[in-house]
Amino acid sequence: MASIRFTVNGKANDVDTEPERPLLEVLREDMGLTGTKYGCGEGQCGACTVLLDGRPVLSCITPARAAQDHKIVTIEGLAQNGALHPVQQAFLDEGAVQCGYCTPGMILQTVALLQAHPKPTDAQVVEGLNGNLCRCADYHRIQAAVRRAAESTGKRG
Amino acid sequence: MSTHTPRPEEPEPEGYESPKRVERGFALNRREFFEMAGAGLVIVATAPLSEAQRGAGAGTLETRLHVGEDGFITILSGKVEEGQGALTELAMAAAEELRAPIERVRMVMGDTDQTPNDGGTAGSSTTPRTVPQVRMAAAAARGLLLAAAGRQFGVDAGRLEVRNGAVQYAGKTYGYADLARSSELAAAYKNVLPEGTAVTPAKDWQMLGKPQVRLDARDLVTGSHRFPSDVVRPGMLYGRVLRPPSYGATLDGVDLSAAEKMPGVKAVRDGSFVGCAAPTTFAARKAVEAISATAQWKTVEQPSSDILFEYLKQHASQQGRPQAPGRGSVEKGLAEARRRLKATYRVPYVQHAPMEPRAAVAEWQEGRLTVWTGTSNPANVRQSLAEAFGVAAERVRVLVPHFGGGFGGKHTGEAALEAARLAKEAGRPVAMQWTRAEEFMWAYFRPAALIEVEAGLDANNSISAWDFTNYNSGSAALDTPYRIPNTRVRFIASDSPLRQSSYRVLAATANNFAREAFTDELAGAAGKDPLEFRLAHLDNDRIKDVLKAATERFGWRERREKRRSGTGVGLACGTEKNSVVAACCEVEVDPQTGTPRVTEIVQAFECGAILNPANLRSQVEGAIMMGLGPALREEILFDGGRVTNGRFAAYRVPRFRDLPKLDTVLLDRKDLEPAGAGETPIIAIAPAIANAVFDATGKRAHAMPIRAPRG
Repeated sequence: MASIRFTVNGKANDVDTEPERPLLEVLREDMGLTGTKYGCGEGQCGACTVLLDGRPVLSCITPARAAQDHKIVTIEGLAQNGALHPVQQAFLDEGAVQCGYCTPGMILQTVALLQAHPKPTDAQVVEGLNGNLCRCADYHRIQAAVRRAAESTGKRG
Repeated sequence: MSTHTPRPEEPEPEGYESPKRVERGFALNRREFFEMAGAGLVIVATAPLSEAQRGAGAGTLETRLHVGEDGFITILSGKVEEGQGALTELAMAAAEELRAPIERVRMVMGDTDQTPNDGGTAGSSTTPRTVPQVRMAAAAARGLLLAAAGRQFGVDAGRLEVRNGAVQYAGKTYGYADLARSSELAAAYKNVLPEGTAVTPAKDWQMLGKPQVRLDARDLVTGSHRFPSDVVRPGMLYGRVLRPPSYGATLDGVDLSAAEKMPGVKAVRDGSFVGCAAPTTFAARKAVEAISATAQWKTVEQPSSDILFEYLKQHASQQGRPQAPGRGSVEKGLAEARRRLKATYRVPYVQHAPMEPRAAVAEWQEGRLTVWTGTSNPANVRQSLAEAFGVAAERVRVLVPHFGGGFGGKHTGEAALEAARLAKEAGRPVAMQWTRAEEFMWAYFRPAALIEVEAGLDANNSISAWDFTNYNSGSAALDTPYRIPNTRVRFIASDSPLRQSSYRVLAATANNFAREAFTDELAGAAGKDPLEFRLAHLDNDRIKDVLKAATERFGWRERREKRRSGTGVGLACGTEKNSVVAACCEVEVDPQTGTPRVTEIVQAFECGAILNPANLRSQVEGAIMMGLGPALREEILFDGGRVTNGRFAAYRVPRFRDLPKLDTVLLDRKDLEPAGAGETPIIAIAPAIANAVFDATGKRAHAMPIRAPRG
């Protein structure tokens, strides 16, 4: 066991846990942040995506110790005071959810994509989200949601 | 007679919808059983089920609808939400008939203590069967509101109307909250809803037929929705189960002591069931790994995927399965044909691989069992839990939160049984979530298909004989929609090496793949354009309409004439579940590997009067994209009783890179009853691709995943 200190959604935490334990399980089981999902356990589906210092990481293959002294953002940390993040709003407005289990990972990956490419080309959207699986295969709607999000953040910025 | 895995369940007719039993590995000991039997708990003795509880009729109003004093109307349905949009569709149906805003409608679904048994959420049945029941109940409630308002205002109810959830008359308002406080409502709850209660015709719809964003979408984008795998109960432990190394392996010996010494771990062995519950998933995993190192297994020989199709043919039975009626004499038709063609099609096993693996939380309290789980069949899962633990079904409650995808793969309750067994031992609630590897190997598969087809063309280049046999995969969409005087269509069951059951639209995908690919081959032999050849053999105007809609949008005729080198175009159509579909696509084929890449798909779909066009588009687009997987890459490989490619890294489901230019045409037939739409839009994709591959290469593909044959 080790004590690991990291920030989650703006709040500092000290967690006593096995340092090799997946960050995903610490977030879900110790901190009650169940918005981050288990999908494959091998970094192949993106359902467990969280932001670590603003970069997307796959929390199912990230050991808890790797979070030490870093800032983590999960899906629960995106909306501010009840106002949806523009990417969340775009997914909602576009109806880009079916079962919704991939949605948190998909949204966080999109947030990171739009930070790197505020006006992404179609090819950049495909490459940026190719690691995130949706078995409802709602890719066409999600692509539209990403475009909508890019437009709305472009207007704001 | 077979030497391989005994199948854990009896497949049912019609493509093995709703498997009955799950192998649970454990059994209660006799003492435990008789203690319970002595207490009378195994005897089910309750009031007779209402018609709605049996899923047979409209039932009483109270089984379906409650009016609250806050003016909210709660709709009850045993159907579940798994991403297909049933929750929103049912709420829209209720709001339409109540003449109330949809925000006033609350949905309670998939809770065996509260909701009527509407049958499994399967077979595209929610739209044609449950939506009408909800509409009738809501229309009846509106009738009650009008009558009560009429009495209140002292006017004939026929002169009143409900708008925005209330009746207004002479400056006074009477709404559903007032109705809830009235004495008439309680009595009316007991009324059986008359069959044929008048509902609003499609042409007058205000709410239905217009795009409605899913009511649960906000909770999904914020991550606040609790899927079955997110349910947390006080004092809950996390479970893991020891799996056999291969199908059919039996446990000879195992030592639990290492796991039992770990802090907070509860280890269980009951028959062949071995599992652990621990304070974290990490600890449960370590405990099962420690046990696994001591386990001794007896394995049995198993067939491999290399010999799958020979195996299915060799183990075919001739016993009774539903067969579509034949026409004329296929022997005579073939004998008299000017030209005969035959082909064999192969479709391997595939896995549903929903994003949320099987999950459940089980909690025992004073002999009662409560389970939260992701299943399309809460009533059946309750029954299997009751049988497994020797308790009356009334003491078991199954709740199904909106879960992360099923596609026909979650009719059973494996995780529920395992969680309940561990929770019983631990004396605390236990959460179980299968790993992806478990999901790939131990969830049931879509049946593999071997399909043999032979046909004859007459002197007019029309199809005169059609002999079609599906081995193993099922009878859905078995018959041909084409006008052919002599036909024989057969489904012959086989002894499946893998545990198989439902998958989105069952065997219709395999049957339509073989039929539409072979029909294209016949068109080629007849020297006809694939579109003209199909239209010339079709009587079904609905199929003709979607064929025309898809080909017009795609530009079929022009693109057949001037296609780019290395590319090809193909089309296919089909019908199932009272809906019709046609797809056109363009592919590029890699000249080295013969692998197609799909660059464009246009699909037209018609399912009667459209209830929610926004959700319908999502279902159609999703089905198209999901269908690309088995068409292009997905194939379960197995050897030595193990799945050898059971990881997303090896079993390549569709990703963003597979997204082609995609266009859908949704035909709205307000004159037809709404039909379900979650399944049929998948059936035209694979054959359209196979036909496009022929167009590009001049070679016919006869198997999924589709490749242009070499040489």
